[in-house]
Amino acid sequence: MADTEKIIEIQVLRYRPEQDKEPVLQSFKVPFTDDMSVLQGLQYIKDFLDGTLSFRWSCRMAICGSCGMMVDGKPKLSCKTFLREYYPQGLRVDALAHLPIERDLMVSVEDFVTKLESIKPYIIPKEPRTLEQGEYLQTPQQRDMYEQFSSCINCMLCYAACPQYGLNPSFTGPGILALMHRYNADSRDGGQAERNELGYADEGYWGCTAVGYCSEVCPKGVDPANAINQNKMASAINYFTRFITPGGAEK
Amino acid sequence: MEVFKADVAIVGAGGGGLRAAIAVAEADPTLKIALISKVLPMRSHTVAAEGGAAAVTRPDDSLDHHFNDTVGGGDWLCEQDVVEYFVEHAHEEMVQMEHWGCPWSRKEDGHANVRPFGGMKIERTWFAADKTGFHMLHTLFQTSIKYPSIKRFDEYFCSDLMVEDGRCQGVLAIEIATGEFTLIQAKAVILATGGAGRVFRENTNGGIVTGDGMALAYRHGVPLRDMEFMQYHPTCMPRTGLLFTEACRGEGGLLLNKDGYRYLQDYGLGPAEDKPRNKFMELGPRDRLSQAFWHEQQKGRTIQGPFGSVVNLDLRHLGEAYLRERLPQIYELAEEFMGIDPAHTPVPVVPGVHYTMGGILADGKTASSLPGLYSVGECSSVGIHGANRLGSNSLTELIVFGKVAGVEAAKFAKSVSISNPGAIQKQAEAAQARALGVVNKSNGTERMAVLRNEMAQSMEDGCGIYRLGTTMQATCDKIDELRQRYKNLKLEDKSKVYNTEWLLGIELGYLLEVAQVIVYSAINRKESRGSHQRLDGFEERDDVKYLKHSLAYYTGDGAPRIEYGDVKITKSKPGTRAYGAAGVKADADRHAEGADNG
Repeated sequence: MADTEKIIEIQVLRYRPEQDKEPVLQSFKVPFTDDMSVLQGLQYIKDFLDGTLSFRWSCRMAICGSCGMMVDGKPKLSCKTFLREYYPQGLRVDALAHLPIERDLMVSVEDFVTKLESIKPYIIPKEPRTLEQGEYLQTPQQRDMYEQFSSCINCMLCYAACPQYGLNPSFTGPGILALMHRYNADSRDGGQAERNELGYADEGYWGCTAVGYCSEVCPKGVDPANAINQNKMASAINYFTRFITPGGAEK
Repeated sequence: MEVFKADVAIVGAGGGGLRAAIAVAEADPTLKIALISKVLPMRSHTVAAEGGAAAVTRPDDSLDHHFNDTVGGGDWLCEQDVVEYFVEHAHEEMVQMEHWGCPWSRKEDGHANVRPFGGMKIERTWFAADKTGFHMLHTLFQTSIKYPSIKRFDEYFCSDLMVEDGRCQGVLAIEIATGEFTLIQAKAVILATGGAGRVFRENTNGGIVTGDGMALAYRHGVPLRDMEFMQYHPTCMPRTGLLFTEACRGEGGLLLNKDGYRYLQDYGLGPAEDKPRNKFMELGPRDRLSQAFWHEQQKGRTIQGPFGSVVNLDLRHLGEAYLRERLPQIYELAEEFMGIDPAHTPVPVVPGVHYTMGGILADGKTASSLPGLYSVGECSSVGIHGANRLGSNSLTELIVFGKVAGVEAAKFAKSVSISNPGAIQKQAEAAQARALGVVNKSNGTERMAVLRNEMAQSMEDGCGIYRLGTTMQATCDKIDELRQRYKNLKLEDKSKVYNTEWLLGIELGYLLEVAQVIVYSAINRKESRGSHQRLDGFEERDDVKYLKHSLAYYTGDGAPRIEYGDVKITKSKPGTRAYGAAGVKADADRHAEGADNG
């Protein structure tokens, strides 16, 4: 709530490719009140201290997924991380880990978007239906099977958290695997077999070493580790079924 | 300069732009589509819509009910033929979204569920918990990936329209990552750039909601219609303006003043009853609820909070389990941003600017007066909102008219070819020089944030919930002054790679022009209607003089020229706009007179 203004030190890892050979830390003193988010602190810097500081943001309410960054080494949405939690010692803000820095706090989203596009993230109907036939029936219980995995806001915090993705960027990664599961688990969808080719590949579910930090940092309560686990199980069953099903081994 | 040749270019990849892109792709897969967005599509502001999308669904509902709610809710400033089309096509678009995977909340029998919303006679709001816009946006974005003819230009900023031979033939866009320009030639262009809420200080809108498409169309001679009608949403977070969805009240939330009294009953919305009743009390329309807040404030019956006057949104009686199921995001916002557990403590709320009812003049098929240019969604004024939009009509608008825009633009694109590419190239070069002029200026002195804050404060002062000629005049003068000072804008960032300050600078130009249109449209409307309420001798609706759309035309450096256009009335004659028990009586009287269409 509003109170007398205090001053907090925000250190920002800057990288301006046209002038910096490598990222450099820059420190700003920012007046703040207890209701202010880290994002509002950065906006203050941009408005009044240094107009060149660059970062992405829009909705301010943790739903657009733009403003992910490392705050004192942890992946966070800056709009719902509050300056008061870092007072009086101050805080340091870096671009999201494991992703190439394009400039200042902006990372490349290319890998994430390419992977998202590759997994057929849309309903492949089990039974096609015309508009005249109305909606597919889906009970609340059936909806619950995939609902949490549909809540991913694509903020990529889980990619910054995932040690496996840090080591090997060809790993599909938590958010996209959770999205794949979201469609596979939807009662309307029949595309699982098509998607499993990707899911069961080395870069898919099995690339995960079950650290679980992805689920911990998710700002929306999505549990990618759980999605991955369920699919490892399914994948293992699928693998062994091949040997006991007549003709299965040739598949 | 790179050149990309498209058949249809779409600016904005929120709900409207994505729906339009899919419609073009389905109309003719051979048409090449350029989908241009200054942010990744899933960042678009559709994402923040919470409560739901209206479509007649229940057997006790009817298209006439939805029509009457919308037209009466808009204080009869709606294009009635367009509203008819809208209500007829709403349901099939909801089903289409369902087929594409939208996680609509369900009833036990597996059918989509509907919830009550303000100003709606029957429950007809489809919802996905309280993240309906988020789910619709992601569903549309992910579905759009199926269509290879959609070429996305993510993080490309549109800086101008190309108008040659009397029609729109493309756009100029800046690749944000490099600062390089791309000319996107197109036989038809659809603007789907969203509203302009950021011209105001306390608002629910994301930072990207800066009126881009409105300003671009306006500069090219297309009028902006009914821009004085800005919607104040009655339940926003103090200071930040973040939104607490109307679904809070749809689910049974109450509004209380400092005495714990349901004050809405004093403003023609009562009587107060224990159970929520459609079009009564908390389920009244947004303009009336925001106005009631203002009156309570005048009477000293609001609560003094750290950020000014507030009232309480009381959700406690709904219980934690129900709130977590139906309003999970609201729960999260209250807990994380305000440190309040809404199951145990009422949430302080205040009205905030939420929605731009007016926009780019479009006919019922989304076409503007400039051939080849279409618009959809909040940037557009296709005519369904009138002087006050009903909650849950705007998400439906995106998909109903997104499809129309796509189909119409595809048809137009197939009927023409690009004329005179050389002239278009020259135009693009001139537009590039203008855009670079914003950043390359060396002698600027005006700090951007100062201009922006002065604009937002002045708009709030002059174009608030209640308006006076004198304060509106002061805002006119201020915005005129700011447009002059803007020419002297000082930017520190001279780089090319992700120069966000430069883009903010261009956006500020858009904002100022739209702000000017809003306030000049407002001061010229000498009556009170819907969200435009005056206290200086024009307190009543004046159908003789002002059952008219205002149309603002660009005049360059000066103030806009305001003209008026007719309102299309088909089957609902303007009547008394009333809610609560008075509304029931007014409906009965209209029915007896045969003035309604029921």
